[in-house]
Amino acid sequence: MKKHLLLWAAYALVLVLLPSLFSSVLGISILNQMTIWILFALSYNMMLGQGGMLSFGHAVYFGLGGFMSVHALNLIADEVLVFSITLIPLVGGVFGLLAALFIGSFSTRKAGTVFAMISLGIGELIVASSLIFVDFFGGEAGVSGDRTYGPAFFGIEFLQDSEVYYLGAFWLFVATLLMYLFTQTPAGRMANAVRDNPERAEFIGYSTRRVRFITFCAAGMFAGVAGGLFAINYEFITEENLNALTSGRVLLMAYIGGLGFFIGPIIGAVILTLMNSLLSNYSEMWMLYLGILFLLTVMFLPKGFAGFIMMHRAAWNNGKMGSLVLPYCLTALPAGLFLTAFIGMVELSHADELLHFLSMDLANDSAFSWFVLAMLAAIGAGGVKLARPRLAAAWEHANAAAQEAKS
Amino acid sequence: MNEVFIFATLNGLVTGLLLFMLASGLTLIFSMMGVLNFAHASFYMLGAYIAYTVSGYIGFWGGLLIAPLLVGALGAGVERYGLRRVHSYGHVAELIFTFGLAFLIEELVQFFWGRDTKNYQTPELLDFALFTLFGQEFSAYRGFMIAISLGIFAALYVVLTRSRVGIIIQASISHPHTVANLGHNVPFIFMCVFGAGTALAGVAGVIAGPVLTTFPGMAVVLGSIVYIIVVIGGLGSLPGAFIASLLVGLLQSYAIAADAGMPELLEWLGVSFERSHPLNDLWTLKLPQIAPVLPYLLLILVLIFKPTGLMGNREE
Repeated sequence: MKKHLLLWAAYALVLVLLPSLFSSVLGISILNQMTIWILFALSYNMMLGQGGMLSFGHAVYFGLGGFMSVHALNLIADEVLVFSITLIPLVGGVFGLLAALFIGSFSTRKAGTVFAMISLGIGELIVASSLIFVDFFGGEAGVSGDRTYGPAFFGIEFLQDSEVYYLGAFWLFVATLLMYLFTQTPAGRMANAVRDNPERAEFIGYSTRRVRFITFCAAGMFAGVAGGLFAINYEFITEENLNALTSGRVLLMAYIGGLGFFIGPIIGAVILTLMNSLLSNYSEMWMLYLGILFLLTVMFLPKGFAGFIMMHRAAWNNGKMGSLVLPYCLTALPAGLFLTAFIGMVELSHADELLHFLSMDLANDSAFSWFVLAMLAAIGAGGVKLARPRLAAAWEHANAAAQEAKS
Repeated sequence: MNEVFIFATLNGLVTGLLLFMLASGLTLIFSMMGVLNFAHASFYMLGAYIAYTVSGYIGFWGGLLIAPLLVGALGAGVERYGLRRVHSYGHVAELIFTFGLAFLIEELVQFFWGRDTKNYQTPELLDFALFTLFGQEFSAYRGFMIAISLGIFAALYVVLTRSRVGIIIQASISHPHTVANLGHNVPFIFMCVFGAGTALAGVAGVIAGPVLTTFPGMAVVLGSIVYIIVVIGGLGSLPGAFIASLLVGLLQSYAIAADAGMPELLEWLGVSFERSHPLNDLWTLKLPQIAPVLPYLLLILVLIFKPTGLMGNREE
């Protein structure tokens, strides 16, 4: 228990200190995006990782929460509603929950492919209707609001991005805590049981449909809260935040981070937000890299980055981590070389004549540049091949020791 | 009125049969592996792009021959080196893998061919009007599309039900272990079926590319509708997919052609509304406007009232 309290205190401390570490305009803007996406990815993990429901339309709750929040901002500006904009995420949450209550009432009967297809259908339906109901969704231009109206919150009027960050961080902390506590409740435990073996859960006497419904509604609500944060941060929202692109993005985040681990989506959201905001400055090909990263994760790290870290638990418990460091480095070095050369080739093929890459000037049409990169890639690939048996042996050794200790 | 109806029917048939070409491969793959291949429409897009490039060298007919073969080989490779590995992690991982593959193929297409629309033309040989009805022309190319789709449906049906290969495939769908015990290489059969399914998608891409324009978003445009058709028809049911394809094709075509909507309905009912609330767009909706939504509505209705689909009997 004490250990848990310490972890949560550390989490709160990190959230508070981050803007001091990255105080540039870009830094704060990235942090703001992270609060939104972490919250959204956590809610997605609740649905898929905890409840076992693969959704291709999770952005619906995010987007609807966001749209209602922007409309609420406008109502505050018109003085129809009078409350502080710090409560806007709650508006998003309520409408996310209402949407989930309605949609979940018929879509949670089954998990698996049927659920996935219904979620896809509903997602497309909402996107299509967003282009029809122009008054509410604002058509392709979207709806915009202004967060500076309404009663000030202890003198803070949210003119600065850093003030918005603290608001987002507060709601993120509260939501993370609530979502974690949900995993500890009997309902949260039953969600796991229904995910793993619905038949058995039915035999014990639980209605799998109701268990799924509860998880589904909770996930929809937190997605709506994330949508509310989005509305406050960007002050506008478009149909893009409802569509399959956003739904796919949150799936990528949760999966790359690690499904089923509570911390997984946090890792995934951080990685993808960084890639999105930093890499897109350097390369037009970043979506291609993202696609490759995603497929490699699915193929080789089915439990994502969090799962990869957790794989080392046995070795760690037996103090064998030290023996893994050297083989890891020996594999990572040539792998890094291969990756660099590969990225160099991809970029070179799309550069206008000259590419400035690793302080080398590479020419698009010179066979020599291509040759150098190809050689580097070959050396890297060969190095990985040479180092792999050693890594496998070290891995075996570290885990075998763990098994001995157990028996 | 009559000519609108006839042309809507013909156009619906063309769309429906094109959709069926995609849906048939998807259904076949689903009944084998139990996984809905989200990248199926991406193979359709690859078919169109490869055929576009090939036709620049040896003409449309060469593209029609080569592109599906290449796409099929690529599909088989994906099954062998990607999907087979992911299979051991379970169905959700497989579904997510194909989802990621669709994402990657779209990026790759933009990488190799760029983001712009390609000028992929129908062959000159078919550049004439097949017949003229009520002063409107029906192009020979559309007739060719209908003929090729029907031909594929017939060939598929005969191969699957009348030939030895078809019997082995059907047996490995229902009893993979028994078939393996009889000495057949079941994983190899799976790979071939996956390759054949993606090759069919490739054919659809080649013949649809010139009509529906060849651009990087073409997979997304058709993709979700094809998955929906497979689910409406009943997962794993070929006749179901056929019926659902035609149903969706005709439904959309009629809705686009119909000049009716809420205003007419309200007038007929004798109701009128004050038009001053946020949802007032609802009262001015026309059928052509909601045509793209109809397949999704149909899907949700089918899944609520008959979760197995029209012809399906597969419970999960």
